[in-house]
Amino acid sequence: MFDQQLRAMKLSQLEPGQTGVIKEFTDLEMSVKLMEMGCLPGESIVVERFAPFGDPMAITVSGYQLSLRKLEASTIILQ
Amino acid sequence: MKGDFKIALIGNPNSGKSTLFNVLTGLNQKIGNFPGVTVDKKTGYCKLPDGRKSQIIDLPGTYSLYPKSKDELIVMEALADKQSQVHPDLIIFVADASNLKRNLLLYTQVADLKIPIIIALNMMDLAKRVGLEISVDALALKLGVQVVPISARNANGIDKLKEAIINVGKIPLQVESIEVESLAPGLVKKIQSELQVDLPYVALQFAHQHEQLHFLTLDQNQRIEEIEKEFSFHSQKSQAAETIARYNFINEVLFDTISKKDNAKGETISNRIDKILTHKIFGFLIFFLILLLIFQSIFAWSEYPMSLIEQMFIWLGKIGHRFLPEGVLANLLIDGVLAGLSGVLVFIPQIAILFAFITILEDTGYMSRVTFMMDRIMRKVGLSGKSVVPMIGGFACAVPSIMSTRNIESWKDRMITIMVTPLITCSARLPVYALLISLVVPNQKVLGFMSLQALALMSLYVLSIISAIIVAYVMKHIIKSRERGYFIMELPVYRMPRWNNVLMTMYEKVKTFITEAGKVIIAVSIVLWVLASYGPPGKFDEVEREYKSTEFSKYPPEELERMKSSSKLENSFAGILGKSIEPVIKPLGFDWKIGIALITSFAAREVFVGTMATIYSVDGDDSHLESVREKMQSARNPDTGLPVFTAAVAFSLMVFYAFAMQCISTIAVVYRETKHWKWPAIQFAYMTVLAYVASFLVYQVMK
Repeated sequence: MFDQQLRAMKLSQLEPGQTGVIKEFTDLEMSVKLMEMGCLPGESIVVERFAPFGDPMAITVSGYQLSLRKLEASTIILQ
Repeated sequence: MKGDFKIALIGNPNSGKSTLFNVLTGLNQKIGNFPGVTVDKKTGYCKLPDGRKSQIIDLPGTYSLYPKSKDELIVMEALADKQSQVHPDLIIFVADASNLKRNLLLYTQVADLKIPIIIALNMMDLAKRVGLEISVDALALKLGVQVVPISARNANGIDKLKEAIINVGKIPLQVESIEVESLAPGLVKKIQSELQVDLPYVALQFAHQHEQLHFLTLDQNQRIEEIEKEFSFHSQKSQAAETIARYNFINEVLFDTISKKDNAKGETISNRIDKILTHKIFGFLIFFLILLLIFQSIFAWSEYPMSLIEQMFIWLGKIGHRFLPEGVLANLLIDGVLAGLSGVLVFIPQIAILFAFITILEDTGYMSRVTFMMDRIMRKVGLSGKSVVPMIGGFACAVPSIMSTRNIESWKDRMITIMVTPLITCSARLPVYALLISLVVPNQKVLGFMSLQALALMSLYVLSIISAIIVAYVMKHIIKSRERGYFIMELPVYRMPRWNNVLMTMYEKVKTFITEAGKVIIAVSIVLWVLASYGPPGKFDEVEREYKSTEFSKYPPEELERMKSSSKLENSFAGILGKSIEPVIKPLGFDWKIGIALITSFAAREVFVGTMATIYSVDGDDSHLESVREKMQSARNPDTGLPVFTAAVAFSLMVFYAFAMQCISTIAVVYRETKHWKWPAIQFAYMTVLAYVASFLVYQVMK
């Protein structure tokens, strides 16, 4: 149980420059919007930078850049 | 118009849809309104190679048919409602070739609505640059539709696209993408048969969106609800399943039509620019400098063309008075209509300049970085990162600033920005402040270098910012919105601005302001002019008679004329109104003379100075404050013999002007941008109450 939680990394926990692969989403409504914008399970994400005040963040997914709030990024679970 | 061949442009935001629209229609376009929303309805005409003329409709950019905002709903309404005025005979789907997978999601949704469709594959050059190889023919074969590579920016491939348009038949040929039926077994069939819907996907969309679609009747809505209950339909689960199914189809299509050459993946130029432009220190510094430049240009540079316009109208008025026969009609035409027109046209330079900047910022991709940087702070007070530019613009003038709030996607953020922008100290308040400050604040220095007068003026500016933030914060909790506030936003790659787009936007914004807000402004200024220039029957004759009597003959004619206009104003409808509101404004320290000025300056704040000059029968305007100031300084209250303009009165008055919505142009433009009289009414009410309470407090404390 504990082990599983450790491994369930959220997108919002990555540092700039780190990469992760989308596993699943925790919020159904948000997941529909994220998938429409190209964030699909299996897709790899690079965290590019955080805004000067620490939120939102900029990510690269399938070749283009998205910005999203940390709260939204925390609904993305990485492999 | 009805029989025209209609072509709708559909695509993701930033796919080059609007650029293609401009290329296809040229200057031959018209901006109208979609009912109930604030996106512009852009339509234009395009001549086809076979001689037909087709109407092109630019639908709002969206990522899917499930709308995030009211504006995006327009796309679904246009496509699903066959009775709609903008229901197309053909769709040109504009796809960004460098980002095909995501773009094709919307394509497969739209294609399932079974309207003949062509794909315009835009930005092929960009796709090549990032190493993407797309087999256009294979793509066309797999999807069953024509695919035409274009470059909208360079107007390449447009002839081929037009050829493709005339090759399209009436029957949609696109292949099936997903099994719609299986997403909601039973439900789709039932809606199809009960509501007589031909297409399974339209039936499914009705199930998802029936509450928002205007063209469905109440009965139909109820029936859909019942069917949904029967099959325990879960909208979001079904949407998620649909999206995944569509991507599976797209992956199959793209598997052997697109290949990526693994070229050394260095850092992109855009990324390098971002490192500087969104940097903790440089980012804000650059943004601050850009804001300063915008502010400087709408505040200072626009003054030359603005005074030119004003002078032209003054000259026209003089000419008019010389050549037209004197009388009511001439007065109405020149002092009423012409002056009102001048009051409208004088906004052109500021609107044009602000929109030039905003279009450049949007076009280059910088605006989304501004949103990115400012989101954290602005969100706290209920505003969007994009609210910064309109609010800074508000220091010059609320009118163009409110027009520019259209770039804010979230409806709630946009409303709050519109509601608070008029609180920001605009340039029309400056003459009022300058007059009143010079009246009561001594021209001294404190701490050896700070001018006391400048300090007073600065506090008014600070007051305006603080009040805007507080009101925004309050509104954040009051205004209810059904839209969930997403912030998932694309950061497009940096590009050069499209200069003809900049020019076109400037022209269009000026045109909409004149044709839509102009009517209201002219109408109200004519009413105000009548109120100030006419009185109850007989009153003006009395004034004329009085000044003809011998006791006035000792005055020089100019002096006499000024005294006469002063008593005429006092006896006009506005004067009577000013007197009748005296009991209401007395607790604020205002007498009936100030009351008259409050009424006349409802047209525009700076009119206060002119009215004061007329009431105290002196020559004076914004640039010659001395004589007005002297008169106001020596004005005494007839009952008490004490000065009228004490510090308490002057500050109370300044605070009143800081908060009150004394500007019909702003009201007109808020109406135009919100499409509802409710919003300007709420704004007018809250600002007037705020002004009254604040002035009351200031006067009672300082008195």
